[in-house]
Amino acid sequence: MKVSGKAVVYGDDVNTDVIIPSKFLTLLDPTELSKHAMEGIDPKFVEKAKNGVVLVAAKNFGCGSSREQAPLALKYAGVKCVVADSFARIFYRNAINIGLPVLECPDASSQIEEGDLLSINLDEGLIVNETNKRVIKATKLPGFILEILQDGGLIAHIKKKGGKIRDL
Amino acid sequence: MGKTISEKIFSRASGKDAYKGDIVIANVDGAMMHDGMAKLVLDAFHEMGGKQLWDPSKVAAVIDHVAPSANEAISVVQKNLREFALKHGVNFFEVGSGVCHQLMIESGLVFPGGLVVGSDSHTCTYGAVGAFATGIGSTEMAAVFLSGKLWFKVPETLKISVEGKLPPMVFPKDVILKIVGTVKADGANYKAIEYCGSTVREMDVEGRLTLSNMAIEMGAKTGLIEPDRKTLAYLRSLGHTAQMGYKSDEDAEYFQKLFLDVSDLEPQVACPDLVDNVKPVSEVEGKEVNQVFLGSCTNGRLSDLRVAAKILRGNKVKRGVRVIVTPASRMVYMQALKEGLIEIFLDAGCAVCNPGCGPCAGGHQGILASGEVCVSTSNRNFKARMGSAESQIFLVSPATAAASAVEGKLTDPRRLLKEA
Repeated sequence: MKVSGKAVVYGDDVNTDVIIPSKFLTLLDPTELSKHAMEGIDPKFVEKAKNGVVLVAAKNFGCGSSREQAPLALKYAGVKCVVADSFARIFYRNAINIGLPVLECPDASSQIEEGDLLSINLDEGLIVNETNKRVIKATKLPGFILEILQDGGLIAHIKKKGGKIRDL
Repeated sequence: MGKTISEKIFSRASGKDAYKGDIVIANVDGAMMHDGMAKLVLDAFHEMGGKQLWDPSKVAAVIDHVAPSANEAISVVQKNLREFALKHGVNFFEVGSGVCHQLMIESGLVFPGGLVVGSDSHTCTYGAVGAFATGIGSTEMAAVFLSGKLWFKVPETLKISVEGKLPPMVFPKDVILKIVGTVKADGANYKAIEYCGSTVREMDVEGRLTLSNMAIEMGAKTGLIEPDRKTLAYLRSLGHTAQMGYKSDEDAEYFQKLFLDVSDLEPQVACPDLVDNVKPVSEVEGKEVNQVFLGSCTNGRLSDLRVAAKILRGNKVKRGVRVIVTPASRMVYMQALKEGLIEIFLDAGCAVCNPGCGPCAGGHQGILASGEVCVSTSNRNFKARMGSAESQIFLVSPATAAASAVEGKLTDPRRLLKEA
């Protein structure tokens, strides 16, 4: 699986209340939700993301609530992949389950700057920063997680398997 | 090699000899969803072709996040959740029952040694009775409803030993705020926490629930406490036939061991707008307050209400300040009524609301306007959590909350104790 896009960069501990403030959780349509993505931290994010971006963050991205609306809002706003030094675990799982690629990469925030063009190979766990020609190693995703992402998320994955939960 | 509590629970639940780092598929013993995430869970369940649940007796559905409903859109979600719950015969908790996490403990759906998942990050609360309990997303919850199974990476464990006798007017909430301020927001990411030490052993189960509740604020999967006689007595007092569960082996391997002496601990405050931005109350005293919230899955239990009532008795809430009191459950509310606590709150000028999440999740019952300051006994102070992105939330113990309500500004509760 390959994705590419320009980087939009944020710092440490970006929490789910700023990714999608709780007052918008009553919006039931993901497209409507996405209009408020990152509103708590960057009111210009939706404009920046609309043609497809890679969201890059420092440590503990997505900490806080278990709301799946957080990765949903990002995905529908145009985020192709989230790359972070580290993720909060519930956000990480949620992103995979809704089919938003996530890649943990300890050097992400130090090697990537706003606007850098990134080419990401998820199968290999490699990020090429086309702007400064550096190759950055990320934590490779296990095979069964890649499979969920390739299928477009857990719902599609389970449907494909005829309603069965996959074995490891 | 010895095992931690987490490794023992995952070994039992997966049928494998599980150690940290292993990825296992485990059978869950309980699954909880609430109205806040219900639409996503139910949509995913139906889209996956779900017809029936793997075991309705192990599933709980709770309406607590915006209860009663504040608008028509929420009412539709709650209607669908209610119909789903009744149709499938799951444990259903209607508007007014209380906060999901309190209800899971009270209803016996959580037990020492159990593996429980919830569609809420504060599911980690049940670690206080020795259950491995953790928050998951909505789509995953639908998969659990179908199969009763979920994949987990067995976590490493961070052991936190708390020693010393708590000084007067210093409470479990102050202890956990101090811990979060030390470990920081991602210090336990992907890890389990085990709280131990003499302070935890001396603490009643309600206080332990406060510690475990905030494990997620350090990124932890769960916040375990080894079950003991107090745990069993507490669960039995609620009418459950609880067994002892698991203890960590002496030679279990830990990621890290931390020690904290609380004998001289001051009341603590988590300042805006991160939970790990923790300061002693003496450094932030005097901040003017508009709203005080006493409640939530962190601090809405009987012992919390008792402490606050002790401070509010014979006092009045400062003019211009509003105080919202939300007991964690109907059971807590009824006992508080019997003890005269509710009368004290009403006498003081508080608004006593029905059991539920109250304003904590920002859905209703106390949304903050721009520029307003809330002192809250809940667990999160993130920007825009309770309303405007230009409002501020300070997290404190029930004692500090009550003292601040009386003074109209952030107040060290030890001041009021001296005067009393």
